[in-house]
Amino acid sequence: MRFEAPTSVDAAIKLLEGEPGVVRILAGGTDVLVQLRYGQVEPDLMVDIKRIAAMRSIDEEDGGYRIGAAVSGIEIGAHAGLRKLWPGVVEAMELIGSTQIQGRATLVGNLCNASPAADSVPAMVAAEATCRIFGPNGHRDIPVHNLASAPGETTLGRAELVGSIYLPSRRPNSGDAYLRFIPRTEMDIAVVGTGVSLEMDLDGVCKNARVALGAVAARVLLVDEAASALIGSRVDAAALENLSHAAAAACSPIDDKRGTKEFRTKITGVLVRRTAQIALQRSQE
Amino acid sequence: MTQTHVSTIVNGDAVEFLCETDETLLDVLRDRLTLTGSKEGCGSGDCGACSILLDNRLVCSCLVLGVEAQDREIETIEGMASGDELHPLQRKFIEHAALQCGICTPGFLIAAKALLAQNPDPTETEVRYWLAGNLCRCTGYDKIITAVIDAAAEMRGNV
Amino acid sequence: MGTHEPAFDVVGTRPLRPDGVEKVTGSAKFGADLTAPGMLVGKILRSSHAHARIRSIDTSKAEALPGVKAVITCKNFDKAKISPAKQNILCNIMAQEKALYDGHAVAAVAAISNQIARKALRLIEVDYEVLAHVTDVEEAMRPSAPVIQDDMFTVGVTPQPTQASNIAKRSEFGHGDVEKGFSQADVIIERQFKTAATHQGYIEPHACLANVTQDGQGELWCCTQGHFMVREVCAELIGMDISKLRVTASEIGGGFGGKTTVFIEPVALVLSREAGRPVKIVMSRDEVFRASGPTSSTSMRVKIGAKNDGIFTACEAELKYQGGAFADSPVQLGAMSAFACYNLENVKTVGYDVATNRPKNVAYRAPGAPMAAYAVESVVAEIADRLGIDQLELRLKNAAREGTKSSYGPVFKRMGLVETLQAAKVHDHYSAPLGPNQGRGVASGFWFNFGGQTCVSLNINVDGTIAIAVGTPDIGGSRASMCLMAAEELGIAYDNVRTIIADTSSLGYNDVTDGSRATFASGLAIINAARDAKAKLCARAAKTWDIPAEAVIWENGCAKPAGANAGNFAPLSLAEIAANAEKTGGPIAGHFEVNAGGAGVSFATHIVDAEVDRETGFVKILRYTVAQDAGKAVHPSYVEGQFQGGAVQGIGWAINEEYIYGEDGKLQNPGFLDYRIPVASDLPMIDTVIVEVPNPGHPYGVRGVGETSIVPPLAAISNAVSAAAGVRLTELPMSPPRVLKALEDSPDR
Ligand SMILES: Cc1cc2nc3c(=O)[nH]c(=O)nc-3n(C[C@H](O)[C@H](O)[C@H](O)COP(=O)(O)OP(=O)(O)OC[C@H]3O[C@@H](n4cnc5c(N)ncnc54)[C@H](O)[C@@H]3O)c2cc1C
Ligand code: FES
Ligand code: FES
Repeated sequence: MRFEAPTSVDAAIKLLEGEPGVVRILAGGTDVLVQLRYGQVEPDLMVDIKRIAAMRSIDEEDGGYRIGAAVSGIEIGAHAGLRKLWPGVVEAMELIGSTQIQGRATLVGNLCNASPAADSVPAMVAAEATCRIFGPNGHRDIPVHNLASAPGETTLGRAELVGSIYLPSRRPNSGDAYLRFIPRTEMDIAVVGTGVSLEMDLDGVCKNARVALGAVAARVLLVDEAASALIGSRVDAAALENLSHAAAAACSPIDDKRGTKEFRTKITGVLVRRTAQIALQRSQE
Repeated sequence: MTQTHVSTIVNGDAVEFLCETDETLLDVLRDRLTLTGSKEGCGSGDCGACSILLDNRLVCSCLVLGVEAQDREIETIEGMASGDELHPLQRKFIEHAALQCGICTPGFLIAAKALLAQNPDPTETEVRYWLAGNLCRCTGYDKIITAVIDAAAEMRGNV
Repeated sequence: MGTHEPAFDVVGTRPLRPDGVEKVTGSAKFGADLTAPGMLVGKILRSSHAHARIRSIDTSKAEALPGVKAVITCKNFDKAKISPAKQNILCNIMAQEKALYDGHAVAAVAAISNQIARKALRLIEVDYEVLAHVTDVEEAMRPSAPVIQDDMFTVGVTPQPTQASNIAKRSEFGHGDVEKGFSQADVIIERQFKTAATHQGYIEPHACLANVTQDGQGELWCCTQGHFMVREVCAELIGMDISKLRVTASEIGGGFGGKTTVFIEPVALVLSREAGRPVKIVMSRDEVFRASGPTSSTSMRVKIGAKNDGIFTACEAELKYQGGAFADSPVQLGAMSAFACYNLENVKTVGYDVATNRPKNVAYRAPGAPMAAYAVESVVAEIADRLGIDQLELRLKNAAREGTKSSYGPVFKRMGLVETLQAAKVHDHYSAPLGPNQGRGVASGFWFNFGGQTCVSLNINVDGTIAIAVGTPDIGGSRASMCLMAAEELGIAYDNVRTIIADTSSLGYNDVTDGSRATFASGLAIINAARDAKAKLCARAAKTWDIPAEAVIWENGCAKPAGANAGNFAPLSLAEIAANAEKTGGPIAGHFEVNAGGAGVSFATHIVDAEVDRETGFVKILRYTVAQDAGKAVHPSYVEGQFQGGAVQGIGWAINEEYIYGEDGKLQNPGFLDYRIPVASDLPMIDTVIVEVPNPGHPYGVRGVGETSIVPPLAAISNAVSAAAGVRLTELPMSPPRVLKALEDSPDR
């Protein structure tokens, strides 16, 4: 395996372009190294992006924030502005692994690993985040939701990489939240994850909502029916009940060692309600 | 097989080594630099026995490649005491019987040191969550938590 | 040995452990920490089939790979020369005709690097004929189940079957007439229970470094609970004289029973012999889960009858334990211990030891007892609720005491169950208020404890310090306890005593550190070795003073004339006698060899509060208290540590830990991510009460404390969760899906 640590995006793209074999990008490595160890991937080239200065910062942009692909969870958690703007996304990122994992893991790595159970993704999808993709022909922006295509697979083309995530500005009276269910209090992969972002009008009626679900399908789901259950309501008990049903109805999970279909579906209904309540409360702060 | 040359700093000393590109930093520390104080309990980020500080940040050395260490600073358990004087955490771990078998101890000590560096007065809950990535199968964690809180108090100067 | 309750100077204090600094600075050498010049890396190829006939193994490509120095299979072991008792161990460390479980070793390589060793494993071609498999205990007992061992004919039933099956053994214990007892009962409760298999979960994977030289001498360094056992087993498996193999126990990163056998050690020795170089093997975490240690999964039925006043009239249990591919389940110990907490007229327990396509069972802390106690104490809790009697009161009414004929036969000597129940009753935990969706559970538990073969030596150095050599590896601070007992007996300072774990060539035979025996048996031996040394010290003083040896006594660390008649000499301290040893007869040392009996039974009572999230089934442990009889706590901190550690392993077992097998018979969760042992944030502090009812079988009253603490938690937690949920749970682990299902199925929802 060849190992390279380029210092610019262009140099990274050139390396990717020049390698005909298997390539892996190394961000925090908390997925990649585990895959290496279990022989799930045998790259010919590993490109470490942590020495690319442009990917190491969090920058304000149009009232929102652009987060570089090499920024770790600990840096995201320590960023007051980000935490204030999108607390749900920050919390989701902070749920990933242990303190040790937080020191390395990145948002982009979580996204590009394309696990349906990735914690930060439902929160980012609910927040309408986009990611900026660099490739041989320059860059393009796509919604975060369109990056993963199937478990472990992305829509990235040859010699492309994600340079950053953009979290947009937020409208007044809006709030977001993310909750997941795990059997312990820490160190588990989500059995279910629910992200909710909503915007209320001055009369206390929900104007806009986005509801995203993790670990209940082959990829993170953005559930319009669940959003509709909230829009136009006061997010009261009846609306929350409808939200639960709509979210549960959208689930098509698998049975595995982490949870049965039945359990995952039930928990989705419970969790999405609790998440919406937190988002609502935040919209009023 | 061509190995990569890496220069780095380990426990304050400039160090050079050769390693395979797919070798973990944990393997480099243990097998090439004979620093066997960092332990491998899982090799997959789950147990924290391999915890080290990389540029002053707490990480699992089993999830870092040796080649990534180029120009970085590494602190391992072997660098925690200064000369023959133990770090207060090390002393408190012994005093409170916070170790039974001791295999998890280096990882806990490094992780606890990182905690106290950024939060000198943590609550029990904060200590428990910060250390959730360090597994101990012997103690039930009770005496470890007590030792960390007591060391924090001593380090703040109110004994 | 008297049963008096002596007063102590240093025993019972909490000095710093002698090996503390090594362990907090990272310099302590564990199994994987040693290297040798020219060392090779050993790796093991494991079956990914649950059950398969091995038609052939082609190692030629692996052997041809540059850098590979040895490749071995079962052919490298001489099965015909190995005694019947060790045949299963051989078959487990290297598959013979069949691979019996996912993870079963089939071949091994030694190479100059990790990378090459890994590559070599991939070049070994094994031709498997895949066979039908079975992993569930009930299914394995059916006549239609695939038979795992062709020569397994159930023992313990008459007439013995002539048809092979997976039921290795039936065992039965008890006394009285349970049918008569049930006919006298006012209330009878009978329940069926299931528990999942769990792993000891020590953080240190198995590791060893072997070196066999061209002259046929071998050295082995490994993490084990018993290096003498390792020596004897390995010597036989590889056909070597015992005297030619020297085994050194490294520091050991947890064992809990799981390091009381061999896995990789004989393999490393054979690889080393073939390659002519040292070979190190370190298991990966997934190998640890797939191929070492688990304990049984079980299926159990318990029936208890009681009078309206709470007195039990009859108790009955049927225990089916899945024991892995060789049926090594601890069901017999489960059957013996199930009702040991109670004074019963009519009791009967039947156990079945069953083979399945799972890893060979190895001991796990109080082997067999936690599951049986789970079933029994769950039914006891239900009886108390049904009769409206306080949980602890009901247990006190029926409690076994000194003089009780135990459910497994012997009559109990002095013991402390009642004292633990009383300690629990007066603890403020027991009467603290509970919130909504919270419940409290209690349970008691029993463990036999063992003594066993032990040999120590105690050397008096010229400067008056003491060097002790024991043969029981220190898993949790036992060196400190050894030093304390020697200091106590000799009347000298703790700091003047140092204890090491001697290798197999430096000391006589010692059984493995199991059965909670280290502090009990090695401690007992040290006390006697110290007495032996004291006699010799007195004799030296007598010689110096030129008076008869009988006229000298030992007091406060000094030899003194026994009385005025003996003469008027100033006392001679241990250091003074030691300094003069050369002139009075040479080195002074105490020795003791024993097959220790009298380990002294141990009991505990646990209280736990749990909260249930009724919408998700999530269980949170809010508060936990352990009351246990330690006989005499030599170093109270490490006794508390054993209580706490056992309780927390029990919490894991009760709530989340389980071996999950797929339809294909493969283990699905061989890692700490999905084999979920408790993490720090899952837990409250674990409160402890050390009860001290001296063990008449030990000079200081010590009882083993290591194992009992894992016996009550499963039941105590299940009782708490059942109380919180308002429905009786009967299956472990009580993971969220199971709890949620129980809540939904409950009639009063
Ligand atoms: C102990 C442990 C616990 C964990 N717990 C959780 C958890 O609770 N929740 C959770 O969601 N995950 C968890 N994970 C998984 C992992 O930590 C996260 O997915 C993490 O966010 C990955 O980020 P990374 O930077 O480490 O990714 P890396 O491992 O560096 O990369 C992940 C994948 O993304 C690709 N990639 C990385 N950067 C780019 C880029 N810029 N462009 C294109 N492709 C890229 C890589 O090639 C790789 O395929 C856990 C992992 C471990 C070891
Ligand atoms: S060895 Fe690195 S986390 Fe377990
Ligand atoms: S002391 Fe043994 S694992 Fe922590």
